[in-house]
Amino acid sequence: MIRFDGVGKRYEEGFEALSGIDLAMAAGEMAFLTGHSGAGKSTLLKLIMLMERPSRGQLLINGKNLNRLHRSQIPYYRRRIGVVFQHHQLLFDRTVFDNVALALQVSGHQPQEIGRRVRASLDKVGLLDKEKLNPLQLSGGEQQRVGIARAVVHKPKILLADEPTGNLDPDLSSAIMQLFRDFSDVGVTVLIATHDIDLVERMNERVLHLKNGRLSADEA
Amino acid sequence: MNRYRDKRSDDAIVPREVSGGAVLRRLGWGNRVDGWLDSHRNNGRDSLARLWAEPVQSMTTILVIAIAIALPAALWVAVSNLQQLSGSWQNSARVSVFIDKDIAPKLTQQLIDKVRLMPQIETVDYISPEAALNEFQQASGFGEVLALLDVNPLPGVLVLSPTPELVSDIAGMTVLLDELGTLVGVADAQLDMQWLQRLQQILEMGRRMAVLLGFTLALGVLLVIGNTIRLAIESRRDEILVVKLVGGTNGFVRRPFLYTGLWYGLFGGMIAWVGVVLGGIWIDHKVVSLAVLYQSSFSLIGIGGEGLLVLAILGAALGLLGATLAVGRHIARIEP
Repeated sequence: MIRFDGVGKRYEEGFEALSGIDLAMAAGEMAFLTGHSGAGKSTLLKLIMLMERPSRGQLLINGKNLNRLHRSQIPYYRRRIGVVFQHHQLLFDRTVFDNVALALQVSGHQPQEIGRRVRASLDKVGLLDKEKLNPLQLSGGEQQRVGIARAVVHKPKILLADEPTGNLDPDLSSAIMQLFRDFSDVGVTVLIATHDIDLVERMNERVLHLKNGRLSADEA
Repeated sequence: MNRYRDKRSDDAIVPREVSGGAVLRRLGWGNRVDGWLDSHRNNGRDSLARLWAEPVQSMTTILVIAIAIALPAALWVAVSNLQQLSGSWQNSARVSVFIDKDIAPKLTQQLIDKVRLMPQIETVDYISPEAALNEFQQASGFGEVLALLDVNPLPGVLVLSPTPELVSDIAGMTVLLDELGTLVGVADAQLDMQWLQRLQQILEMGRRMAVLLGFTLALGVLLVIGNTIRLAIESRRDEILVVKLVGGTNGFVRRPFLYTGLWYGLFGGMIAWVGVVLGGIWIDHKVVSLAVLYQSSFSLIGIGGEGLLVLAILGAALGLLGATLAVGRHIARIEP
């Protein structure tokens, strides 16, 4: 589902964020991306999101070479990926429901369909009763779960998460990781960047370790 | 949980291309059009609600646009009124042909017949020297003085009304006057209303100035709307980033801002119309009392119902154009 062939990323300022990355993930697989801050975790996720383009090598998603994807195709490509950010990126000028619905509105779904799927998604993360609230009224963990609901509401093939448990206590972190595992169980490819080593060890999943922009360990 | 499992079996054949094609197929065209229309409805309503949310700021922008539209519109209406007024005077444009005092009455009759046959002339009235004297005596109050004269000093006059087409045709009028001047028995031919033709020229100039002013101010409206939209884009930067990350196309991102521009222009045009109407009513009051003094039934022609349509469409078009120019420049720069 995800394949990196000798991918490197050098920023214009000359900083080598990633080099010689070779890696493959099958559909439905779950993996953690670990490493110190600055090791290239975010850059790797950004390459998959096409927020950045690789400077070298090829990145294949679902068999499709992203280097050949035209700019105008990027939005349609992103609709097949779900992404959860550390700073959940929720919009505070609208309700929880509308935040989640945004991911469906962009692809022109009908309102009834949107309502049904948004509620199913909020139900999945246990926030169905909070749909009318503003995200500001929610706790940090709840906000993070709204972000996850938004990331999965359009049933993506790939789910990416950048430090999704960054500022949550261990119990909440475990609950959120369990959510990710559920998605992986139903065939979503899940890649989570985190530096929470304890949590990673408890989950017992594949771990990709980045060091200075290189893949230094790949343990199943 | 089950929902996702179902999903997986649906997608046993994973669409090979990661493109819009797959999305289209899944949604179906009917649903897609409905969704698109719905998105437009939402965007229209939402951008309207945003204008309401900041009434002072929105109203300031709308008023600036309204003023910029109202000025040329008012000038246009004023010029149209003057043109209409001068047109009604023009129907009373007359050529006076003074007859040589020394010619025989028989020649006078021949002259009248000849002039009557000219195609440029609609009506011919003959005022004999005696009739002219009578009229003058009654109207001027010099009756007794005039009675002291042995000879009637007034010539006979032919009062001609030219065809309406000729009145506005200065060259044709000059030819007519020359032609009349060469006829036997004619002492002089004069057009009473040469000043009116000059007025026509001035009004035509005024009309062009209204158009020029309109273009200049339209440019101003574009800049005002462009700047307002630019600020709106900046203030919704986070939202744009999120929308782009969840797969919103540039078109989707642009849409609410285009609606904002459309509303600004539309309301600006409508308020401009109200302004021109109110100004017209205020002036019309004076115009009517002035017209009464001149024993005229003239009254202002307002901008009218079509005027509302024209200004609203014009404003909306300017708003949309200004917004289009602004989003084209600024939205592409905001990339996650």
